[in-house]
Amino acid sequence: MTKPIISIRNVTKRYPGVVAVDNVSFDIMPNEFFALLGPSGCGKTTLLRMIAGLETSGTGDIIVDDQNMEGVPANQRPVNMVFQSYAVFPHMTVRDNVAYGLKVTGVAAAERAPRVEEALEMVQLGSMADRKPDQLSGGQRQRVALARALVKRPKVLLLDEPLSALDAKLREHMQLELARLQQVIGITFIIVTHDQDEALSMADRIAVMEKGGVRQIAGPEELYEKPHSRFVADFIGKINLIDATVSGVSKSGVTCKAKGLGEVIVPHDGEASGNVSLAVRPEKLVLSAEPPASGSDISARGVIRDVAYYGDVSNVFVTCSDGLELAVNVQNDRAAAGLLENGREVYASWHPSDTLILQE
Amino acid sequence: MAKRKSTRGPLEYGKSPWLILFGIVTFIVLYAPIAQLIAFSFNDSKRNIVWRGFTTKYYAKAWNDASLVEAFVNSITIAVMCTVIATIIGTATALWLWRFRFPAKAAVEGVMALPIVIPEICMGVAVLVLYSRVGHWMRGFESGPIHWWNELFSIWPLNLGAITAAHVAFSFPFVAVVVRSRLAGFNREYEEASKDLGASEWQTFWNVVLPFMMPGVIAGALLSFTLSLDDFVITFFTAGPETNTFPVKVYSLVRRGVSPDINAASTVLIIITLVATIIAMRMQAPQKSEG
Repeated sequence: MTKPIISIRNVTKRYPGVVAVDNVSFDIMPNEFFALLGPSGCGKTTLLRMIAGLETSGTGDIIVDDQNMEGVPANQRPVNMVFQSYAVFPHMTVRDNVAYGLKVTGVAAAERAPRVEEALEMVQLGSMADRKPDQLSGGQRQRVALARALVKRPKVLLLDEPLSALDAKLREHMQLELARLQQVIGITFIIVTHDQDEALSMADRIAVMEKGGVRQIAGPEELYEKPHSRFVADFIGKINLIDATVSGVSKSGVTCKAKGLGEVIVPHDGEASGNVSLAVRPEKLVLSAEPPASGSDISARGVIRDVAYYGDVSNVFVTCSDGLELAVNVQNDRAAAGLLENGREVYASWHPSDTLILQE
Repeated sequence: MAKRKSTRGPLEYGKSPWLILFGIVTFIVLYAPIAQLIAFSFNDSKRNIVWRGFTTKYYAKAWNDASLVEAFVNSITIAVMCTVIATIIGTATALWLWRFRFPAKAAVEGVMALPIVIPEICMGVAVLVLYSRVGHWMRGFESGPIHWWNELFSIWPLNLGAITAAHVAFSFPFVAVVVRSRLAGFNREYEEASKDLGASEWQTFWNVVLPFMMPGVIAGALLSFTLSLDDFVITFFTAGPETNTFPVKVYSLVRRGVSPDINAASTVLIIITLVATIIAMRMQAPQKSEG
């Protein structure tokens, strides 16, 4: 078994009146692209800054490559950071910015120059080396910040919301770029983001944080398909959450009485009791004019209230009995034509195995 | 009769004849005395009331007046010493106020800026009272083993120490205010990035913080230079009989009538002050986009 490059053990950080990071423990493996995902104020940036050594006076242990970081100042940790504002020094050229970290730690000029050039090539900034930061675009400045951190050959690269200041097109491009860089260099990346698409598309594993605590750590697919809690299910992608009450557990599944659906049986291998939420992703639902042929499907009759057209897909909102609202993702193919009209009566149905039971 | 339509747009006040007139009058009132001072420094007349033709001989006369030159050199010396000391103290104060949190910080900031608002005459009297006290105390050394101490302060430029200290007292808050406002625009992430990249506290200050605040430091230095150079009131109260500065010397000369050599020397002073101010303003001009 490989040893983790970073171990976070019972890390807690309190500010007056708030617990920013609440007893968090997890491991990050070498060469992993790890994401800390959560809404603003969930403690993800604080945790990243604690790893970098920029936030002190927390409790618990942060172990980087078998070395406890307790008492190790930021300038002696084997990690480097790309800041949200990039923090590219305005009075230095691109080359001087990249060389800075080597210069202050006493790397000889003869060794410095080739390493700087290599780092600049890595982020495709070789031709801009003599420019000042105010002559660069936001995306180029970010590349400077990346090169400046990577030239130090850190064991772990920390990225604090690196793409939030870029426009949508460039953000998508940089997502691919970062994933490619990570594979080429082969070091661990930890990225902090509030953007679930960013985390899902780039990261190997994602820790979803809320109110200072880690709610779930899993790969993108597992996180999306098998969220453990209402919070994670709701935060990652869109999902229909249906209130239900468990009435019985048997071998074939959990029987529950759901709002607007009546009695349904859902396959489930964990515990389930009392009030639960049935969760089903909008793209698992199928709309039809007639009741579904398969009797085993869960289905609800309702009226189309709203259709949001996105070109390839449409988001359809169906109002069913008992105040149940269902969001349905429909591919705009031939079958959908003529069906998607406001006020039309339809059946929304899905396979029971696509349903998750989330304990309150 | 057709009414003439105004061709002036709603915000084009520059085309209003009254406004143009007002502007011209303002400029004349502001600058006519100075223009006249400069013009008459070239006047070939002892009484300096009527124009008698162009000459530069009064510049030469001023140059050959030993006491005037001495006062001029004293002024420049005091200004240079004051600038160095006030810039260091002012910059340190600004850094301290920016960097650290401590009790009653707002009160300290307010008190620090007091010399800017206190009337100069009060500062002058206050410094005079303090110095007479110190002088009394220092006379006690004359018979003691460190009698050389008092002699030390009669050697140039230490004999200007009293005036310089007073100048530092009123000019360092200006430096602190200018540097402080420059530092307010500093992104703390620069500092964190520097440390993250392996720099020590001192390296970070030297390589990142200092270059950032340098325009403010230079602007503050030039400000304190000009303030010291043309100060009259406080200097008048603190100058001893052997030490004279240019403004005090001019004041004593003017009492015996304004001769063109004073005009000439004043013109030189104006030019020095003007150049320093222009440099200060250019240093303070907002930087292009940063970060």
